Amino acid sequence: MSPPTAPIAPELHDEPAPVVSVAEERISVATQWQLMWWRFKKHRLAMASTAVVLFFYLIVIFADFLAYSNPLASEAQRSLLPPQRIHWFDDGRFAPYVFGLTGVRDPMTFKRVYTPDPSKKISVRFFVRGFEYQFLWVIPMNLHLVGVEGTTPEESLFLIGTDEQGRDLWSRLMYGTRTSLSIGLVGVAMSLILGVLLGGISGLYGGVLDTVIQRVIEILRSIPTIPLWMGLAAALPNDWSVTQIYFAITIIISLIGWTELARVVRGRFLSLRQEDFVMAAELAGCGQMRIIFTHLVPSFLSHIIAATTLAIPAMIISETSLSFLGLGLRPPAISWGVLLQQAQNIQALAISPWLLIPSIPVTIVILAFNFMGDGLRDAADPYGH
Amino acid sequence: MLAYLVRRLILAVLTVWAVSVLSFTVIQLPPGDYITSYIAQMSASGSFVSEQEANALRHQYGLDQPQYIRYIRWMGMVLHGNYGMALEYGRPVGEVIGDRLWLTMVVSVAAIIFTWFVALPIGIYSAVRQYSLGDYVATFVGFIGLAIPSFMLALILMYLGFTFFDLNIGGLFSDELAEAPWSLAKIWDLTKHLPLPALILGFAGTAQLVRIMRANLLDELSKPYVVTGRARGLAESRLILKYPVRVALNPFASTIGYLLPYVVSGSIIVSLVLSLPTVGPLLLKALVAQDMFLAGTIVLMLGTMTVIGTFISDLLLMWIDPRIRFEGRK
Repeated sequence: MSPPTAPIAPELHDEPAPVVSVAEERISVATQWQLMWWRFKKHRLAMASTAVVLFFYLIVIFADFLAYSNPLASEAQRSLLPPQRIHWFDDGRFAPYVFGLTGVRDPMTFKRVYTPDPSKKISVRFFVRGFEYQFLWVIPMNLHLVGVEGTTPEESLFLIGTDEQGRDLWSRLMYGTRTSLSIGLVGVAMSLILGVLLGGISGLYGGVLDTVIQRVIEILRSIPTIPLWMGLAAALPNDWSVTQIYFAITIIISLIGWTELARVVRGRFLSLRQEDFVMAAELAGCGQMRIIFTHLVPSFLSHIIAATTLAIPAMIISETSLSFLGLGLRPPAISWGVLLQQAQNIQALAISPWLLIPSIPVTIVILAFNFMGDGLRDAADPYGH
Repeated sequence: MLAYLVRRLILAVLTVWAVSVLSFTVIQLPPGDYITSYIAQMSASGSFVSEQEANALRHQYGLDQPQYIRYIRWMGMVLHGNYGMALEYGRPVGEVIGDRLWLTMVVSVAAIIFTWFVALPIGIYSAVRQYSLGDYVATFVGFIGLAIPSFMLALILMYLGFTFFDLNIGGLFSDELAEAPWSLAKIWDLTKHLPLPALILGFAGTAQLVRIMRANLLDELSKPYVVTGRARGLAESRLILKYPVRVALNPFASTIGYLLPYVVSGSIIVSLVLSLPTVGPLLLKALVAQDMFLAGTIVLMLGTMTVIGTFISDLLLMWIDPRIRFEGRK
């Protein structure tokens, strides 16, 4: 920055000069978080991705509201229904409706064939009462975004088709999104604890501890992890409840993610330990804990947030892969991996390609997290360009 | 150079040891032991094993010993090439695994070779023509590659192949050669089937490598020695390929180290989708049936092969990078 000039009486100045100095003034007094935010805002792709990620987490919160059928309601009579066509306009005005469906089994292929019945018009309505659920796990509610009139959505509304057991794929996708995205967050929180703890010890104390932790990380990174986690996941007892399995799987996948985070934390500790402000704090008589928490941690928190964001997609992929193999979450739990498991072989795909639809949100979320993390990483470095 | 070699070797040995302990843990994890499963299997086939017999068997297999002795015994068995019995198949584990381990490695190495051959030219192109249309396309495809888990890519390609070309793209061999003994025709058949699994497995890694290559080369291109070469009238292609590309290649070799575990991991799931005759489907079946000797051996072998592969890539790095080769000579 330019050296400060001697103060001159303001009335002698031209108009633009103070404007520039106001902007500069703004930068020089801004906190690190403000600087980061300003830099992040310029990264348009990262901003858009953040919006996408937030949108998906809204689905996590409002999954029951967005689903219209009970995700566990199965019925052999509507097995493998293809996505339904929605008619948006009735007689020129906006009144969405669908046709009732009649299913017959094709005697040649044994495949159920569904034909729309134009005499049965079923109106689709917004904000209707449907199956009961607990909003945010406490408030009992039965309001849903969409529903049908005169019948139950379980029998008539199939926006993106049904699976083999005749369960509505859209509703299941909403619940699957909730599980998969929350597992990503919980898993990353756990690996963050491990990573910060071990990386911090490694960077702060150095010496033998550092060498040991670094070797452990190196060893863990050179082992093909999936077979190993498959082994661990397969050893989970069969009689565990859905919640127990959920947490066990979260712990298993968080064991994958911590090494990268530990690396980032250690690197930051090592480089900051040499900085003048740390020396100054030491000379001023600050205790070790105070130096760590009031001086060191705030100066690399942003880097950790960026690294954490970049670790979430890996968690989501791990959960999806394990569940896809049938070793992760098991039915009746619903996650993206569990949903994709139904599309595991070419026969299923050839007959019912819509079972592959859950792969679309998986791709979008992982991309969005990657872009957002990249943007955060760039923004976290105030001296980059 | 020697110091580097010794350091990598020690780390490789340590890693193999860690893998063996972890594999042993996997074998030990499920409730009950080998004999419990054996008894269950025997009674399923109608024979009866008495308590005394069971205890005798336990003693014979050393199952009444503490964990660490059992680990040492197991390691002793493994080092003598005896991996125990695969319960479900009633045959020795080594026999059940057979060619599958090699095929896993063939598929993984093919994926890495694919990664190299695709990432190198695209990376160079993206750096030399920075911000061109091709660069943007490469970056975009690269991001897609990073975002799609390999098993999903396999599913999608399989679906597309089926609907548009009426092809079943799975497998590593044609039907008539699958059970045939090894011959030149079979190897040729394998070569023809390899590109697709290699593409699926290598896609994410390729995306990453293109980004690394691009960034490295961009750093090099702005250095004074490139300007000097250009000023002296060196042909552009020769100038770029002979000097900056060579320097930028270094991190390329070192990436194999972490690419290999990643690809081997991916091959397990992709093999399942594409029904490739690798250890992937076998491992899953073994885990579901809790056939732990088979599962543990597969985990151990995959880990060991990966470590050996990584060690070879270290040697390669040493060969490419004079800074490592001449380390300590000063």
